[in-house]
Amino acid sequence: MNKFLWPLVGFAVLVALLGVGLTLNPRDVPSPLVGKPAPAFTLKQLGAADQTFSPQDLRGKVWLLNVWASWCVSCRQEHPLLVEFGKKQAVPLIGLNYKELRGDGGVDMSRIGADDEERQARQRAAGWLEAHGNPYTLTALDLDGRVGIDYGVYGVPETYVIDKAGIIRLKHTGPLTPEALSGKIMPLVAELSK
Amino acid sequence: MRRGWQTSALTSARSLLRALLFAAPVLAIGALLPPLQPLLAPAAVANEAAPLVADEVTEKRLLAISEELRCLVCQNETLAASQAELANDLRREIRGLIKDGKSDAEIMDFLVSRYGDFVRYRPPLKSSTLLLWLGPAALLLIGIFALFRYLRQRNVAIAATPLSADEARRADALLNAGSADNSDQHGNKS
Repeated sequence: MNKFLWPLVGFAVLVALLGVGLTLNPRDVPSPLVGKPAPAFTLKQLGAADQTFSPQDLRGKVWLLNVWASWCVSCRQEHPLLVEFGKKQAVPLIGLNYKELRGDGGVDMSRIGADDEERQARQRAAGWLEAHGNPYTLTALDLDGRVGIDYGVYGVPETYVIDKAGIIRLKHTGPLTPEALSGKIMPLVAELSK
Repeated sequence: MRRGWQTSALTSARSLLRALLFAAPVLAIGALLPPLQPLLAPAAVANEAAPLVADEVTEKRLLAISEELRCLVCQNETLAASQAELANDLRREIRGLIKDGKSDAEIMDFLVSRYGDFVRYRPPLKSSTLLLWLGPAALLLIGIFALFRYLRQRNVAIAATPLSADEARRADALLNAGSADNSDQHGNKS
């Protein structure tokens, strides 16, 4: 009996392990930046061309950084949630517009100069926010994606929770879900705001 | 000029693909019109591709480093092989770091500090990866141990059960009959 039981036990363990594996999300790569200071940057703002934004400006506040682009389909999916969130005005919600033009595979960048890129990016990003609602306190333009690399962005959208001391407390990859927002992000924001 | 082909496996593979793509219709026409072949064939191979990169040393280092790195978007491709947008950006970053005179370890740190150990194809040995590194060897040792134990037990079991007198007689009879058959066969053949 024992002889036949052991392979069965082994098989059951294997099935259990594979079952657990199926529930994991391989896209969910743990970020080493959680618990570390938010990388510094200075980027031009959308809307106000002569103004810049830097994380330093929000020192002393809990805030959210949401990485988005008009070409990003999943951003459209999470956007109504952000619009709802923005209405509450609980904490600043900063948009990081990620590679507005370069990230869009349909645009031939070899024909677009730097000035033209910024002009077109502003136009597209503003148009998108007009069409879908603008929940952001302000949006910073990361035209070449360098700031994105500093934040370990590997897909859009991504959302970061940053505390009063400028430490990244949470990174959410992929579109926000109502569960993630009300179950994880909001409680964390409430706790950090105390 | 010929060196241009060897600058980077990536760019040469791409340009080769592109060349094949463009050459295909020309070759097809050429095959259909044999008399024209001498005229058409040279057109397809006329000029060698100009080198796509200026600095070969940088590109070699870039290739060596990026083969150790995982593309975050495709996950099962190296940064060297990936054509994802992010992979292009990261190669550009690495190229910049090389030009800044950073060492390979510093460049690796740059990426790991942003994307975590997941970006490395060779995870470092630390407490969270012990099972990953030592697991296969542990499994092998357990297997060898189990095999030895099983074999020893079997030897003991076999040695512990001698044949009864009746079984010994039957075995003798079979063995003798077998040898008799064999000699018959030999006899028949010769």
